[in-house]
Amino acid sequence: MIYDFLIAPFAEFDFMKRALVGSLALALGSGPIGVFLMLRRLSLTGDAMAHAILPGAAVGYLIAGLSLPAMTIGGMVAGVTVAFLSGLVSRFTALKEDASLATFYLLSLALGVVLVSARGSNVDLLHVLFGTVLALDDAALFLIAGIATVSVLTLAAIYRPLVLECVDPGFLRSVSNAGAPVHMVFLALVVMNLVGGFHALGTLLAVGLMMLPAAAARMWTQDVTVMLILSAIGGAVSGYIGLLVSYHWSLPAGPAIILSAGGLYLASLAFGAQGGFVQRLVPVRHLEA
Amino acid sequence: MSAAIRFDDVTLGYDRHPAVHHLSGEIAAGSLTAIVGPNGAGKSTLLKGIVGTLSPLGGRIDLGGSAKGRVAYLPQAADIDRTFPLSVFDLVSMGLWTRSGLFGGIGRKDKETIAEAIAAVGLTGFETRPIGTLSGGQMQRALFARLLLQDAPIILLDEPFTAIDARTTADLIDVVERWHKEKRTVVAVLHDLETVRRHFPQSLLLARSPVAWGDTAEALSAENLFTARRMIEAFDPHATSCERKVA
Repeated sequence: MIYDFLIAPFAEFDFMKRALVGSLALALGSGPIGVFLMLRRLSLTGDAMAHAILPGAAVGYLIAGLSLPAMTIGGMVAGVTVAFLSGLVSRFTALKEDASLATFYLLSLALGVVLVSARGSNVDLLHVLFGTVLALDDAALFLIAGIATVSVLTLAAIYRPLVLECVDPGFLRSVSNAGAPVHMVFLALVVMNLVGGFHALGTLLAVGLMMLPAAAARMWTQDVTVMLILSAIGGAVSGYIGLLVSYHWSLPAGPAIILSAGGLYLASLAFGAQGGFVQRLVPVRHLEA
Repeated sequence: MSAAIRFDDVTLGYDRHPAVHHLSGEIAAGSLTAIVGPNGAGKSTLLKGIVGTLSPLGGRIDLGGSAKGRVAYLPQAADIDRTFPLSVFDLVSMGLWTRSGLFGGIGRKDKETIAEAIAAVGLTGFETRPIGTLSGGQMQRALFARLLLQDAPIILLDEPFTAIDARTTADLIDVVERWHKEKRTVVAVLHDLETVRRHFPQSLLLARSPVAWGDTAEALSAENLFTARRMIEAFDPHATSCERKVA
């Protein structure tokens, strides 16, 4: 009975197995990236970048149809271009990074929708916007797993300057020139994970597996290392629960995964050990010193 | 004595308006110098110029090499994100950057060094506290511990004792004097003339242009201080190009 409910769907159906593997790999890379986005107050940047990759994916689609490499490369190029252009504009004009990013992603998004609707049907647009986690082929799985691997290794390598750039950018500037390149590498990781995510969850929801587990993890710990681990676990659990819910109640899988992540987040808000609502309700005596 | 920092007709400023105007001279290696002057005199700007975060509009600043790794700099209001979940120990350990770099590990010996620096500023027991819970004075102590670890030959402090109580100031001045004994070059922007007269042998009185520079007792004479106050005026939006030539 419990087996039927919790395990059988994945044991019996190949497409469910693939969806689970894809979600787990995605959670491993996206969660930690989301933690850094959150700590650097760039939570909405992830959202903006997700919109920005749409025209790239659309161009890939127009040229080669629903082809994995074409749409992946297109998405990467569009995302990196928008990140780079907005970085340039914020460095050389009075516009701050949030303003310049907003302008470029809006342009990019409008262009993307025009491109998709010029050739494709509405079904194609839905496919790009909301992904197909239940139809991941081998190539897509390898792509997502590869991106997760690269993300985790790169984050480990640039961990120290990345933390320093968050806490005390002035100090980092005074001891090293690594700040700007590290920031660009980090944005490239964001784009890569969104592109990986959009095959499974679509361009709009891919960012959900980044920000929701990260925000949930923040409610449980003060320690960045623990936060990174919790975010990946939270994403993986959301993937599993979302797929189960989608299977048993015939709901669309992508949104179900993100809603599960949202459920974890709301639960963390309520019960979290770092200022959750319930904790605030319980009176605790202050210490002697 | 050789020069640690040499200014060669240096002009620093913002949008072509000079904040430090035609400064020439040198700060001797191993000296302990206070920079004094009214608000808007260009004191912080001068430090930014030495660190290299601001490029001179004219002239050059010679440190005998790159500023990276040789200059430790404490800005006036360090733009530290105090909400970031980081412990005092981790904040202080950043001072080891020049030795550990981007990737190097922090070993057992390094941990002892960090603990010593934390003890030297009187913060023992605070190692695991998140930086968001520190008071202004405790934060300044932690930042001094980080400066200690940077082990730099040139140390720049921008108003390090502003909004800091007497006890903390006294402790941190001990640290400054320790640097001076170790023959490091220390330059500090200060407002409290009593502190300057008591602890800083050299002074540069700045009011956009240098007013006086040398032994503190002479540089900070009543007459010089009066001159400095008079020299500061608002930026003139219609100022014409400066045609002054190097003497």
